[in-house]
Amino acid sequence: MVHKKAGALALMAALLMSTSAMAQDKRELKYFADFDPIPLAAFEALIVDFEAANPEVDVVLQNFDHEGYKTAIRNFLTTDSPDLANWYAGNRMAPFVNAGQFQDVSDVWEANGLSDSLASAKASMTIDGKQWGVPYTYYQWGIYFNKDAYKAAGAEVPATWDEFVANCEKFKAANIDCLTVGTKALWPGAGIFDYMSLRTNGYEWHMDLTAGKIAWTDQKVKDVFAQWARIQPFITANHAALEWEDAAALMVQGKAANYVMGNFSVGNFKAGGMTNDTLGFMPFPEITPGIPRSEDAPTDTIHIPTGAKNVADAKLFLAFVADAAVQTKLNTALSQLPTNKNSTVPADDPFLVAGFEMLSSAHALAQFFDRDAPAEMAKAGMEGFQEFMVKPENLDAILERLEAVRAKAYE
Amino acid sequence: MSTYWKANQRRLAPWLFLAPGMIMFAIYVIIPIFQSMWISFYDWDGLGEAVWIGTDNYVELADDPEFYTSFKNNIIWLVLYLLAVPAGLLIAIFLNQTVRGIRLYKSLFFFPFVISQVVVGLIFTWFYAPGFGPIFKLTELIFGQGTAILADDRFVTYGIIAAGLWPQIAYVMILYLTGLNNVAPDQVEAARLDGAKGWRMLWYVILPQLRPATFIAVVVTVIGALRSFDLVSIMTAGGPYGSSRVLSYYMYEQALSEYGYRMGYGAAIAVVLFGIMMVFISGFIWKMWRDETER
Repeated sequence: MVHKKAGALALMAALLMSTSAMAQDKRELKYFADFDPIPLAAFEALIVDFEAANPEVDVVLQNFDHEGYKTAIRNFLTTDSPDLANWYAGNRMAPFVNAGQFQDVSDVWEANGLSDSLASAKASMTIDGKQWGVPYTYYQWGIYFNKDAYKAAGAEVPATWDEFVANCEKFKAANIDCLTVGTKALWPGAGIFDYMSLRTNGYEWHMDLTAGKIAWTDQKVKDVFAQWARIQPFITANHAALEWEDAAALMVQGKAANYVMGNFSVGNFKAGGMTNDTLGFMPFPEITPGIPRSEDAPTDTIHIPTGAKNVADAKLFLAFVADAAVQTKLNTALSQLPTNKNSTVPADDPFLVAGFEMLSSAHALAQFFDRDAPAEMAKAGMEGFQEFMVKPENLDAILERLEAVRAKAYE
Repeated sequence: MSTYWKANQRRLAPWLFLAPGMIMFAIYVIIPIFQSMWISFYDWDGLGEAVWIGTDNYVELADDPEFYTSFKNNIIWLVLYLLAVPAGLLIAIFLNQTVRGIRLYKSLFFFPFVISQVVVGLIFTWFYAPGFGPIFKLTELIFGQGTAILADDRFVTYGIIAAGLWPQIAYVMILYLTGLNNVAPDQVEAARLDGAKGWRMLWYVILPQLRPATFIAVVVTVIGALRSFDLVSIMTAGGPYGSSRVLSYYMYEQALSEYGYRMGYGAAIAVVLFGIMMVFISGFIWKMWRDETER
């Protein structure tokens, strides 16, 4: 008995030694991420490719629950920092950059010519003239619509905002919601606001607004809401009690015609039975003539935390993820758009093709209201948008409130 | 050492037995209370430097409309949640009889307390859901136009409280059922001989004997109303536009949610909530202490 035990111990020790010896051969690269199942599979494939290209590096991916990650990152950046961490572009990364938790990776951009190949995403990765991470995917926002609902109401796909508004009367006569949304989680309403704002006053103005440089009581803000008020009566009632998926279901069932959404919703529409023949996509129509067309394109990014131990290999990984061919393969698996302009999108997916076309010809790209505006402003703003869509008569009170938040949120 | 131990054994033993509990209580309850109070004087995002700002968080709280909305909702919760006490009593008295299968009925009534608050919240969310929820359909039938209770700032808090009452009534019912077991049958007998029945029997004979059960029922209901969080979080996340927030949820939102990370402000809300709870808790403790010394 005693002998057996000793034997087992020896075996254990031998095993432990052999694994630690193996680990010594390879340099460990710790990567914390927040992938849902499909992106996780895509990234596992990417990591296999990376390790094949760099056999001396061992990437250890630790995946977190998507929502839990947002809290966890605050803890692990200060305590047990990985070498790579997922996050988002725009103002969302500002707290970490300002607190010195993310490293400046401008040299990776410099060495790999990323300023050229990732040009469309560069502005949203830049704070104080430096780049703080590398984007690997983004997706377009726009109007997804049910072609059958258009037929049922006898409406034509609109080319202008006035036509869009005029269509709403037709949909109403056919008992179809012209525009649907589910604002229980608040953010879907911000998509509508972004487009109202981008199309009414343009990208530069919208960025000034989210950066806190414009008062919410400004006449130009009221112009935005005046346009929004034109379609407010035709938006799905009770949207405050609906999740965005519930609203997607309304469109699948033909009870709603249009939905301002991100491209990730295509999976939901198709799971509900829509096909490329019944599901349509169009860029949000022009409101103020002559304003250059800008779009919402939230970007997902990878960063190197300040506490990273293996910085050299982390930078190698960032350069790898930024590569055109790698992004093509990755985004085909993700059903999203590559940020590298030299990448390609699968030709058989009309929504990705349309999105790639739309974004690469856009004047500029916004991140999304809750990534462009600081957290406190974003939360108050999105509640205000929700309230406006329920009670448009409260607009002045809402704007007063947002103005009060603006005074605090940008200190 | 051993002589000291032998001499004072009887005096030290209780403290030794109490020590593990007291240490845990200090680490997880007492010390955090003071830490929260301390944090409430800072402006801190949880990451960077904490900046001492004195009572600024409380000043801001004093004219924060969201705070007053949450506070008002807490009061509504407190008042309406207490309906669980008479409702629980009613059901307990109704079930306190001996017929075939009464155990089964009792367990069925107790059932909502067994399932998790999250599940209760989901079930009621579906009841209220626009389009297919039975309550939405019912309002559609009666008023011609359906009301989505959770999307309407006038009704949303009441809708959530109704969901909260369901398990709370079951809890109170169980407390009273145990209480009713201890009602002295001879007193009931004597009262009956004296001609008491119905309300008078309940009011003058049964209820006084149920006083300990009533006390516990009120305590757990008041505390339950003040710490209501899970239902608000699951059913509306404080919406629509913040109209169903309660203090505990507002604290969570400010300090820990995706758009929050104002640790100091969240802590200030927590301190206010703690103050409100302390009023009730000290009241209860004072009553308990008075009852014990009177005996």
